[in-house]
Amino acid sequence: MRVGVVTFPGTLDDHDAARAVRFAGGEAISLWHGDSDLQGVAGVILPGGFSYGDYLRCGAIARFSPIMSAIIPAAENGLPVLGICNGFQVLCESHLLPGALTRNSELHFLCRDQEIEIVNNESDWTSDFSNGQRIIIPLKNGEGSFQCDDRTLNELEGNNRVIARYVGINPNGSRNSIAGITNARGNVVGVMPHPEHAIDSLTGPTADGLAFFTSLMKTRV
Amino acid sequence: MALDTVAKATSTPEIIQPWRELGLKEDEYQRIREILGRRPTSSELAMYSVMWSEHCSYKSSKVHLRQFGEKAPQSDALLVGIGENAGVVDVGQGYAVTFKVESHNHPSFIEPYQGAATGVGGIVRDILTMGARPIAILDPLRFGCADAPDTKRVLPGVIAGIGGYGNCIGVPTIGGEVIFDDSYSGNPLVNALCVGVMKHEDIKLAKASGAGNLVLLFGAKTGGDGIGGVSVLASETFDDKKPTKRPAVQVGDPFTEKVLIECSLEIFKEDLVVGIQDLGGAGLSCATSELASAGTGGMRVELDRVPLRDANLSPEEILMSESQERMCAVVPPEKVERFMEICKKWDVVATVIGEVTSGKHLEITWHGELIVDVPPRTVAHDGPVYNRPFTRPAWQGELVGNGAENLPRPQSESAIADAILTLISSPNIADKSWITSQYDRYVQGNTIAAGPSDAAVIRIDENTFLGVAVATDCNGRFCKLDPYEGTQLALAESFRNVAVTGAKPLAITNCLNFGSPEDAGVMWQFAESVRALADGALEMGLPVTGGNVSFYNQTGAVAILPTPVIGVLGVIDDVRKAIPYKFSGVKELILLGETLEEFSGGEWAHLQGHLGGLPPRVDLKREMVLAQFMYAQRDFISAAHDLSDGGLAVALIEMLLHSQTGAKISIHGDPFTHLFSESTGRILLAVNPEDSNYLVGKATDAGITTTRLGQSGGENLEISGVLSMSMLHIREANQRTIPALFTA
Repeated sequence: MRVGVVTFPGTLDDHDAARAVRFAGGEAISLWHGDSDLQGVAGVILPGGFSYGDYLRCGAIARFSPIMSAIIPAAENGLPVLGICNGFQVLCESHLLPGALTRNSELHFLCRDQEIEIVNNESDWTSDFSNGQRIIIPLKNGEGSFQCDDRTLNELEGNNRVIARYVGINPNGSRNSIAGITNARGNVVGVMPHPEHAIDSLTGPTADGLAFFTSLMKTRV
Repeated sequence: MALDTVAKATSTPEIIQPWRELGLKEDEYQRIREILGRRPTSSELAMYSVMWSEHCSYKSSKVHLRQFGEKAPQSDALLVGIGENAGVVDVGQGYAVTFKVESHNHPSFIEPYQGAATGVGGIVRDILTMGARPIAILDPLRFGCADAPDTKRVLPGVIAGIGGYGNCIGVPTIGGEVIFDDSYSGNPLVNALCVGVMKHEDIKLAKASGAGNLVLLFGAKTGGDGIGGVSVLASETFDDKKPTKRPAVQVGDPFTEKVLIECSLEIFKEDLVVGIQDLGGAGLSCATSELASAGTGGMRVELDRVPLRDANLSPEEILMSESQERMCAVVPPEKVERFMEICKKWDVVATVIGEVTSGKHLEITWHGELIVDVPPRTVAHDGPVYNRPFTRPAWQGELVGNGAENLPRPQSESAIADAILTLISSPNIADKSWITSQYDRYVQGNTIAAGPSDAAVIRIDENTFLGVAVATDCNGRFCKLDPYEGTQLALAESFRNVAVTGAKPLAITNCLNFGSPEDAGVMWQFAESVRALADGALEMGLPVTGGNVSFYNQTGAVAILPTPVIGVLGVIDDVRKAIPYKFSGVKELILLGETLEEFSGGEWAHLQGHLGGLPPRVDLKREMVLAQFMYAQRDFISAAHDLSDGGLAVALIEMLLHSQTGAKISIHGDPFTHLFSESTGRILLAVNPEDSNYLVGKATDAGITTTRLGQSGGENLEISGVLSMSMLHIREANQRTIPALFTA
């Protein structure tokens, strides 16, 4: 399966996302921010980093890139899209997902091995997990506090659109300890911690993150 | 100010020039006049003043640093040695690794965030300039007392600056040190080490050759930041009476650096440059004079073509500006178009600013008028050389006569337990994860081990699992007691940190942080330290691939502890075999090496407010035997941890805390000595109980003293007949200190 991995200027984890796709048995296709051709990929990953330096606001400039102008309508038509960290921020700025990611409650960058619980295994990117499964994957961000208004929060919670929650501590002050959400259709997922950094225990804390990528392979086969 | 041209300088020899304000001495100014046969233009004066500053010219250290060449061991590993932007070593499989440390001490005191951030940016560009992808950053840091108000200002800013820059450029920050000592208040040390990897054929050098080749400036535009940073900041002692120097600190833009890294690597891949140099200290003055000096001919630069952030900058300011994220490349004319295309792809501004000439001079014009006309070598390499006087300070004898071995020691169970708790909760030993968790250790996906591991271990090939291990170390107190032994102790510890991971140590780098070279006592510390490192490197057969000297780290007459930070790089043929610093399951704990009554300069003595005596004895041969043992037996070792600050008590507790277990051990002999001595050449091993006889046998065969301490397990640290403490209690003590000090 061909999975696109987008590189914006300032993207950092694109190689890691591509590696995760390969580990999951897929073929990683590099997508450049300045192009608007999705090259027929079956899914897209918006990796972590600091797209356009995160100047103005995280993800705010990236959403206007040519590649996003192709991704946004494709996602609305059901193309699976996973936004990790900065990619999650880009998805929120693109209004593919609701809410916003604001500065961590401790006001500084935090990198830690974070336990999260998968609470919805029906999205395109979580189907290879079981509900209630607890995993440990790296968290690393300065602006990872998920915020939204009460109405949105009720909608997310009421429609089972929270896909993962932080366990133990809430590392960044996210509402309801939300670590990741999905859109109503379940094809667009944003997650703040980094599953692509937990695909083997040699370089990651665990291999728990790999299931995000194998989920896509299963969903679409 | 009217433009000062070469023609004007020739016709107006009598004009009084501000050489003193630019940091030059009178004889240095006279030498410039002799070299040029006239007075320098104001632009030339600016160039000479920055390039002849202590920071750029190594004028006080040069005579000593020669030993690294004179005593260099035979090494097949060295591909590029001292003199280039960074040394390069062969790590096998066609890969070359480059690593270097630089200091950014004074800027980080004035503006902690930007000082530290641009320190990281600068060293990363040095590594990039060699043709390498930067793959890891380590930060040896020193601060004043942890509870001093100014440390609360400096430390959080420095940490945020390192993280803010390193995290944003996508290079993992995975090691270094954080040490507190009163001598660093007012003079924190912010050193940054970067490691880069490339294929042998991709190594790039800083030289401008081939008449007709074009000189391109690419990256950020030039602004007014950091003007005179080098000469004004790095080469003068701080003094309360002088005005604040904030404008001389540079401001970093990591996003531009990240783009510059990717853009440069793409340019290198297509082999478009014949020479490349980053713009760091001394900016364009340094880049143009060094490139031209290392090349075959001269160079002509049209300074008015430099893209500016501030159109009002004078030519002198443009030459001195230390604006960050800029590179200078020498490109054959037929490759310029492709070069420009790649820059355009990455939205990087690139401008042809000049060309290599067949002449011998570096000529710089400003709107057609000649403002610089100098032999480049005189600027870049023929700076003054000082044979500064050095003498052992008068107080040294009294200092070494007062050993910590004579201090009253804790005897009772509760007194020893208290001493352990005090030690592990003291700022130097306490858990640093509040700091390291502000750094991205995962980016690039090749991190095998990061601090608190003794050494950082990074994979460099995903298919063969080839990797490198890197560590930095220095105990400044040891160096104060005996700069020669102290430096070799730093080398030994850094070497051992690499060896405990199962890697083979391969090369040495250094960042020599000292007080004022104009103080004969400081100069003696420096001379002893360099001699020790050159001797040690020769004895261990490891090349010194480069280094950095930072002088003038003092406030008034008080110098910092001599702090020669030593970095060691090792190669590990298969990172899957790297020995971790923590284990799971029940293990037998074995101590390698001999424990003597050595407390002077150690952490326990430091906590008693004591500094005196002689540091632990160092035996580099013994360190090499230990390293060979670790490499040969790595398949049988579950975990290993180097013994250093705080001795066995600290090493054991750290290993147990990371492994989330307790242990039952027994000690034969004086418990205090065994727990707190900082004898060098020791490693704590955790091994499967069934392998312990085999390993002890192998160690004994190698001539290594072994002590079977006991077994891991349980929830307490039990030292039979001495004490029993709850690991929970120990953990709490170890983890509480740093957040309590630095969380607002």
